Amino acid sequence: MFENFDFDVIARSWQALIFQGLAFTAQVTLLAMAGGIVLGTLLAMMRLSSFKPLAWVAAGYVNLLRSIPLVLVIFWFYFLVPYIGAWIIGAPRPIPVGAFTSALVTFIMFEACYYCEIMRAGIQSIPSGQANAGYALGMNYWQMMGRVILPQAFRNMTPVLLTQTIVLFQDVSLVYIISLPDFVTIASKIAQRDGRLIEMYLFVAVVYLAICLLLSHFVKRLQTRFAIAR
Amino acid sequence: MNYNWNWGIFWELSPDASGTYAQTLLYGLNWTLATGLSSWVLALMIGATVGTVRTLPVRWAVRLGNAYVELFRNIPLLVQMFLWFFVVPELLPRDVGNWIKQLPNSSFWTAVVALSCFTSARVAEQVKAGILSLPRGQQAAGIALGLTLAQTYRKVLLPMAFRIILPPLTSEFLNNIKNSSVALTIGLMELTARARSMQEFSFQVFEAFTAATLIYLAVNAVVVFAMRGVERWVAVPGYMGGRTR
Repeated sequence: MFENFDFDVIARSWQALIFQGLAFTAQVTLLAMAGGIVLGTLLAMMRLSSFKPLAWVAAGYVNLLRSIPLVLVIFWFYFLVPYIGAWIIGAPRPIPVGAFTSALVTFIMFEACYYCEIMRAGIQSIPSGQANAGYALGMNYWQMMGRVILPQAFRNMTPVLLTQTIVLFQDVSLVYIISLPDFVTIASKIAQRDGRLIEMYLFVAVVYLAICLLLSHFVKRLQTRFAIAR
Repeated sequence: MNYNWNWGIFWELSPDASGTYAQTLLYGLNWTLATGLSSWVLALMIGATVGTVRTLPVRWAVRLGNAYVELFRNIPLLVQMFLWFFVVPELLPRDVGNWIKQLPNSSFWTAVVALSCFTSARVAEQVKAGILSLPRGQQAAGIALGLTLAQTYRKVLLPMAFRIILPPLTSEFLNNIKNSSVALTIGLMELTARARSMQEFSFQVFEAFTAATLIYLAVNAVVVFAMRGVERWVAVPGYMGGRTR
């Protein structure tokens, strides 16, 4: 079955694939992880707020985005972000937003919902006595959260947050539908240009498999180390 | 905001000759449901088998099951779709490959196969976790009563394990329906694809995507409601699941 397999097409193009495509994917993944965790933590704090309207807004947003496919969310933000941009700076017509910004905003807004649920579980896993102790020491809400609850919640949830990031890394491949130059899109362009679909897609699959296996192995080791430390 | 809202667009005729835009979207929903449901049935069967195998006291079978799960969990669904659609037919013997490529609705069948494999790996994880969450005494009691290992699994372990993992299975089911939208990349005209083509034909971006969003929300609500019913129906009195009453 491999008699016609053309390794040359990979040898010719692997640099573009890795240094442009995979680098783009990694960049979006890391920035969306950072933004998503910050926004997700804020959403989790809103969901746990005793001020009900705040909790409802956060819950509504998280549940809405978790109920529709990522493909649809990508389309939504692709068309919505120019309008939001125009609304923010008060421009009369939708402003052109770069493809990269659009993708980044999409993944931050989408993954924040999943990070929110993880952080909510993390915050809830801390005994409420610790919050009370913080208040009793004269801390305000932000001090109590920032110095007592969140450091522990992050520590407990690090393996889960990283596992979600592996999911995010795989999800970024869906920017293919809006033709951003990620790993899959570049591979499919080369595949179609050279008529070498088999080689390209198998190469992409093997690279993803290797990276994700490596990352999840790393997360597993981290998990056992954290389990012992606690 | 400078945007021409036109909610009447759904009753205008769509240029793809399938009727009004509303009808177009409903045809899309049909494909979404057909793909989501048929791949779910397959994913449940494969996932239950693989998940069970991974708890058996047979070393090589466990390894094989683990490899299956790792393989299908660590490649993005989009890439898996491409592999099934573009690569697998080429690697098969030529006659079989040609037959697959000429199937009517080949993107539907490919999507079903790809989704079943992808989701079955996740189902297998849940099934394994469910079986391992049971007290060890249950298997011992089954064997002590003179049941074979297969009988213990069928009559004691699996019925309990499946009840325990019903809630996570519900969210896997929802994920599976949502993931069927990735099949638009191989040409399946499901709900999201129809919303996009409606936007391309009519330029009514936000109406089209709002409608698709509402339909997905409705599907979600129906599934969640139905699964709650199933949970109540199969609940074993005295266990956590029976508490809802």
